[in-house]
Amino acid sequence: MTVYARRRMANGVVMTLSVVATAFGVLWLVLILWTLLENGIAAITPAIFSQMTPPPGSAGGLLNAIFGSVAMTFIGTLIGTPTGILAGTFLAEYSRGSRFGEVVRFINDILLSAPSIIVGLFVYELMVVPMGHFSAWAGAVALAIIVIPVVVRTTEDMLNLVPNSLREAASALGSPKWKVIVMVSYRAAIQGMVTGVMLAVARIAGETAPLLFTALNNQFWSTDLNAPMANLPVVIFQFAMSPYADWQTLAWGGALLITITVLILNISARAIASWSTFKQ
Amino acid sequence: MSPATARQTMPMSLPDSQRTEAQPAPRQKVLIRNVDFYYGAFKALKNITMPLHDRRVTAFIGPSGCGKSTLLRVLNRIYELYPGQRATGEVMVDNENILSPGLDLNLLRARIGMVFQKPTPFPMSIYDNIAFGVRLYESLPRHELDERVESALRRAALWEEVKDKLHQSGLSLSGGQQQRLCIARAVAVQPEILLLDEPASALDPISTQRIEELIAELRPDYCIAIVTHNMQQAARTSDYTAFMYLGELIEFDETERIFTHPKQKHTEDYITGRFG
Repeated sequence: MTVYARRRMANGVVMTLSVVATAFGVLWLVLILWTLLENGIAAITPAIFSQMTPPPGSAGGLLNAIFGSVAMTFIGTLIGTPTGILAGTFLAEYSRGSRFGEVVRFINDILLSAPSIIVGLFVYELMVVPMGHFSAWAGAVALAIIVIPVVVRTTEDMLNLVPNSLREAASALGSPKWKVIVMVSYRAAIQGMVTGVMLAVARIAGETAPLLFTALNNQFWSTDLNAPMANLPVVIFQFAMSPYADWQTLAWGGALLITITVLILNISARAIASWSTFKQ
Repeated sequence: MSPATARQTMPMSLPDSQRTEAQPAPRQKVLIRNVDFYYGAFKALKNITMPLHDRRVTAFIGPSGCGKSTLLRVLNRIYELYPGQRATGEVMVDNENILSPGLDLNLLRARIGMVFQKPTPFPMSIYDNIAFGVRLYESLPRHELDERVESALRRAALWEEVKDKLHQSGLSLSGGQQQRLCIARAVAVQPEILLLDEPASALDPISTQRIEELIAELRPDYCIAIVTHNMQQAARTSDYTAFMYLGELIEFDETERIFTHPKQKHTEDYITGRFG
């Protein structure tokens, strides 16, 4: 009985510590969201979606930055997703047990956890210096480099969850390997792969460091991908650090916008994932 | 090879007079000759030699790990999906060695259907599950494809249950229905040989019975090989039985003889449940 009592006590202590730790973590998240909401909600006006970033002291919005963020995130995803899916497919379907595959997987994991400022500096050296100026293209490429390892990892993981028996069954009908992958493996893994892409999009939507050295910023409306382009994270960075109250308000508004977007992307990713398990 | 000469070379086949119904003597469809199989360095099959007859059912029995599933997987070379697995020897199908290196594996597998232990419906509609294999090698007009899907589902005794929901996911079916869907899928590509790897072991008794009835119905048109752990199932469904143990073929004979007068002591011990 003393053993049992001791176990009960240990259980109680560990459970209390776990609950406290969870509450501590959640507390900060709630505080962040609350602060954002409190300070940012005032900036969410029609003007924020219809006017350009203003000079200090005059009225304005974030339209050029919103457009720039959407454009570069879109192009970055467009470059990163097919690359990531193909590389993930290679790892899961073609390189099982091979040395080369293991090396690629290891390097991809390093890329996955590489600080994004290094990605920014890398693209700065690779594109901005030779081109002689900052550009939206460079920004999109930097974002794509962040997308790739995330998509590679989720694609590989999701394909690895597809049971081999399914591949055997398709092969046993005389299906060539590429058809097994496209018609059977992808279909079985599609929800997880889509979830991975959405999480990657959510990640790059808020990245500042890689854009700081590549797309820089632009105070005016610009759709030229060969020129510097405004974007929310860098505008927030610049405006929040400024001494002007109206700029600071816009920065709060931008931060709230990004957070809500990321939240929506994450929730949709979860919804897609749970829909898939429900279906099966 | 004519039926008459086939009979002479087949000491296992009974004289017609002993059969309850008049049947032509079975033609030898497959001849497995001196086959060894390796999982890496482990030798899983040792010098297997045996025939499979056309329009007959051959059962492989034996304790777990005896190599019966492995032998089945040699017959359509599905083992080649995994590096490190290899077979040596000869497997003659209609006098062509299917283990020869230059062979097109996809074409081979289109001729030799396989059904696995666990039902493996593809994540697509019931219709597309069947049409998938057909579309690989034939481009049929829509109505012909519809007919092919229907006849395959009818053969698998599944048509009545699914005809109103052909475009629902194959995953929505019950386990027994899924397995019959897999059999229909294999039949739809019109193979010559059907390999069944414990097709009923994951199913309830009623579904098992339906699968066994199905095997009896498919028997007149195919060369069927079935791996089973269930001795009664082997006795009920097959014409020939191969008893395997530790990678060796201990005895091959007509099912009736294996179960009534086995030549080997080992076989007798196994089928009477003294070991296994």
